Formats: sequence, structure tokens, C-alpha cells
Amino acid sequence: MAKRNNFQKKQTRTNLAGFLFASPWIIGFIIFGLYPIVMSMYYSLCKFNVFQPPQWIGLQNYKELFTDELFYKSLANTLYMTVVGTPLNLIVGLMTALLLNMKVKGKSIYRTIFYLPSIVPVVASSLLWLWILNPQYGLLNQMLGFLSLPQPNWLSDPAMTKPSLIIMGLWGTGGIMIIFLAALQDVPRSLYEAAEIDGASTWRKFINITLPSISPVIFFQLIMGLINNFQYFTQAYIIAGAGEGLNAVSGGPRNSLLFYALYLFQNAFGYFKMGKASAMAWILFVIVALVTWLVNKTSDKWVTYGGE
Amino acid sequence: MVHREGSRDIDGKKIFKKKVLPHILLIFFSIIFITPFLWLLSTSLKSMDEVFKVPPTFIPNEIKWDNYVKVFTRIPYIEYVKNTLIITVANVIGQLISSSLVAYSVSKINWWGKKYLFPIIVATMMIPYQVTMIPIYIVFQRLGMTGSYWPLILPAFGGGAFYIFLLRQFFMTIPDSLLEAATIDGAGEFRIFFSILLPLVRPVLATVAIFTFLANWSDFMGPLLYINTKEKYTLSLGLQAFVSEHVVEWNLLMAASAIFTIPIVIIFFFAQKQFIEGITVTGMKG
Repeated sequence: MAKRNNFQKKQTRTNLAGFLFASPWIIGFIIFGLYPIVMSMYYSLCKFNVFQPPQWIGLQNYKELFTDELFYKSLANTLYMTVVGTPLNLIVGLMTALLLNMKVKGKSIYRTIFYLPSIVPVVASSLLWLWILNPQYGLLNQMLGFLSLPQPNWLSDPAMTKPSLIIMGLWGTGGIMIIFLAALQDVPRSLYEAAEIDGASTWRKFINITLPSISPVIFFQLIMGLINNFQYFTQAYIIAGAGEGLNAVSGGPRNSLLFYALYLFQNAFGYFKMGKASAMAWILFVIVALVTWLVNKTSDKWVTYGGE
Repeated sequence: MVHREGSRDIDGKKIFKKKVLPHILLIFFSIIFITPFLWLLSTSLKSMDEVFKVPPTFIPNEIKWDNYVKVFTRIPYIEYVKNTLIITVANVIGQLISSSLVAYSVSKINWWGKKYLFPIIVATMMIPYQVTMIPIYIVFQRLGMTGSYWPLILPAFGGGAFYIFLLRQFFMTIPDSLLEAATIDGAGEFRIFFSILLPLVRPVLATVAIFTFLANWSDFMGPLLYINTKEKYTLSLGLQAFVSEHVVEWNLLMAASAIFTIPIVIIFFFAQKQFIEGITVTGMKG
């Protein structure tokens, strides 16, 4: 009996310790997670301008959004960034990783060069690219001119603004590269050796061994990339708003850079339409969840986990 | 003899493919990646006349160190660094303490909440920032904290899901037997945590510290939301404000960007290993 009691006492103490260690997160989650989630849902059903208390209007905000041209515009811009930008980021990240994975001297120097751009603060890198992409004096157009190639008005032509941001993003793929490089180094050498005995070409080895082996990492990076691009904000805010003052939220030339998160921010802190902005946030959540689910569903067709 | 000639030819091709071609490709990509940096430095050292010269010069005819002096006199750089450091260091401290405590709870303490809590923590990573942004802003406004650094600091003391995840992955690799031995000696959970576990995972703590530092040093949206007086600007806000005032003075803008970036580059060179390892672990184990 005494022994049992002792055991129970010990378990209670363990439970208490576990709870105490976890309490920072639990408290933080209630204040910065749970409560805001509930309130955000409530605000999305209200007319709310911060200065007056929220006023219940049911689904009005959602209805308003579905007839709002800019809402669709921002959604389309964001989808462009997600659908075109994400795969390109992965491809360039993988390509540089593959190059680094070859046995060459000075690998760590190359790795540093490829990685460094990704840690440049976003405001600084956006400014740098604003200058590189300057249509008249920017480096890129000067070089294109030197090669007698067409010189687009990168950041002022609505058709070129998003490609500009994608190019800028490709410069910062170093983080993805490091991850792919680690994944490539984990592929068992024996697989390649066996294929070499069978006389497989480099390309065949890449398709049949490398890609399947690193597919879980590609999958994870794809999901993270999609989620990040759905929330694309800072670069667009800085580049579209350059020269318009610190707190001006601009959508760029013909709103071609009005991304979803930017339009949401504009509604919330530009027009103080907190209800509408909250409704946008929930629509974003649903879209992100849906896309993640869809990608996840396709994953058993192309993602192979070790040992299969 | 004929046969040997042939094989030498194949050897030559092989050497080219294995040794020379990779370097050509790597150097080609390196030039692409490094050119923007050189262009930044080059522009930051040019006179205004030379900035707008066609065709452009890569090495300035006259090196204007003066641009950097001008930036220092026009931007209260030291002030901005101080402000940014206050936020950044507070976040690092908060994140290190809270995330490691929570990670310990969901990896090494056998309490009833262990198996429920971790999946919830991971799931919160899926919630877009925009969902909680507005209510959190309103809470801080009601508390009269907008315009101060509190909204940018306090959340770190709840621990970040991402860092808890990272730390837990490492805590799991530490054998329970090591901790149990201490329990038998009568050490409490706090003693085990501080004197046995933490010293073992110092490199991961360094990674968490670096990532937190980097995220806060570069953060733009947080300060944009909460900071509204010039004296309290961070480097990100200060630089953005500088753009709106000096929109065509590219030499000064590039000089300002350079001095904003340099501290991070220095940290990177001192802590390369932690950078690389941290990214690898968090990026692969989904």
C-alpha cells in the first residue's frame, strides 16, 4: 500500500513538473494563439474599426470580399507567386546543391557564396534589387543592353513586376540549397555503385536514385515554400512602396504587386477595416490548409520514404 | 599501343567531366550570386555623377568613403542599432529559456500532457501569421503597449513552435539512462535540466540563438506594426524611412544597406557551423 502511494505521489510530482516546464508555451499559446484565433473569427463577422466596439454583421465581410475586385486581384497575384515562384526556388536550390555535391575542391567557399544572399536583411536586399532592376541605370538592364537583348521596365511594367520579385527571390535560395545538400549527402553511396555496375547514365541515376531518395525533403520544402509565398509581404511592401513614404501601402504598377497579405494589411491598418481584414485572414487559412492537404494527397504518388 | 591511346583520350574526357566542368559551372553560378554584392559595394562608393554613368563602372573612378560618413550623419545609425539590439537580445533570451523548458517537457518528462502537447505545438506552425495579427495588435493597444517594444518582445517568452521542435529533436537523441542516473541520485527535474541536459545541447542552443537573432535583426513587419516614433525605429524601419527621403541617392542607399548587412555577415563567419546544422535539421525532418 505504502509503495503504491509512493508511486502515485511520484507520478503527481512528475505531472506537475511537466506542466511547469511546458507552462511558458501554454500561457503564451492562450494569449498569443487561442484567444486571438477566437477573436479573429469573431471580428471577421463584425464591422470593426478599432475606435468603436465591434458590431455584429454576420457574413457581410465575406460577401463584400467576394464582390471585391481587388480581393481577386490580390489572390491572383499571390497564386502567381506561389505557382511560379515556389517551384523555381526549389529547382534553383536543388541545382546549386547538386553542383556542390560533386566532389570538388573549395566546396565550402562556393557554399558560402551561394548561401550568403539568403541572410541579407529583407529591407536591404529589396533595396539592392530595386537598384539592380532600375530600368535606366540598373546593372541588369545595362548588361542586357551590352548583349543587345531587350531591356524590360522590370519594376514599372505590370507584366514584369512579379517576375522581378521572383528573380530577386532566386538570389536568396541559399537556405533551401543547404537543406538539399544535406539530403543529397544522406543518399547511400551503395545505391549509386550498384547502378554504375549496371551502366546507368548520370541522368538515369538522378531520376531513379537521387530524386526518389530526397523526395521527402522536396515534399517538406514544397509545403513550406507554398505557405511562405501565400504570406508574401515585406519585399512587395518595400518595392511597391518605395518613394511613397513609410506608411503608404502601395500595390505597385496597376496593383500588380498587391499581394494577399499586403491587401489584408492595407485593409487592417490603412483603412481600419479590421472585420474585413480578419475575414481575409480566415479565407487565407482555408486556402493554405486546402493546398497543403492537396499536395499532401498527391505525395504518396511521388514521395518515397526510406526502406520502401 | 592503339588501345592505350584510346583510353588516354577517354581519361582526358573523364577528367574534364569530373574535375573541370564542375568548377566551370560553380564559378559561373558564383559570379551570378556574388555580383549583386559587388554592385552594392561599388555603388556605395561612387559619386552621384558616377552612379548614373552609362555604361556603368564596376570599380569607381574616385572612391567616395565619404558616402558612409554621410549615412552615419544622416541616419542615427548607432541609435537604430541599439534599438534593434534591445529587441533582438530580449528575444534571444526569451526564446532560449522558454523554448528549451518546453522542449524538455515534451521530450524527457513522462507526464500525461507529453503526447498531446507536442502535436498541438507543431500544428500551430500551420496557422498564418495574419490570423492572429489583428487581435494581438488590439490586445497590445488596449494595454497601451503599442509604440513600445513589448509587443515585439513578450511573445518570445512563450517559446516559438519552430524552436521547440528543433530542440526536442535534439533532446530525443540524449539517452534516458543518462538522466535516470541523476534521478536516482535524487536530483529534481530542474537540476537535471540545467546541469545535465543543457550543457549537452549547447550547440543547438547556439543555433536557436542565431536563428532568433537573425529573424529579429531583419524583421520588418513587427516593427512596422508597433513602432511609430523615429527615436524607436529599428534598422529595418530606419532604412525604409531613409529610402523615402533619399529615393534617388543610390550611393547613400547602398552604403546604408551595406552597414545594415555587415553585422550579419560577420556573425555568419563566426558561427557557420551552427547556421548550417540548424537549417539542415529543421528543413529535413518534417
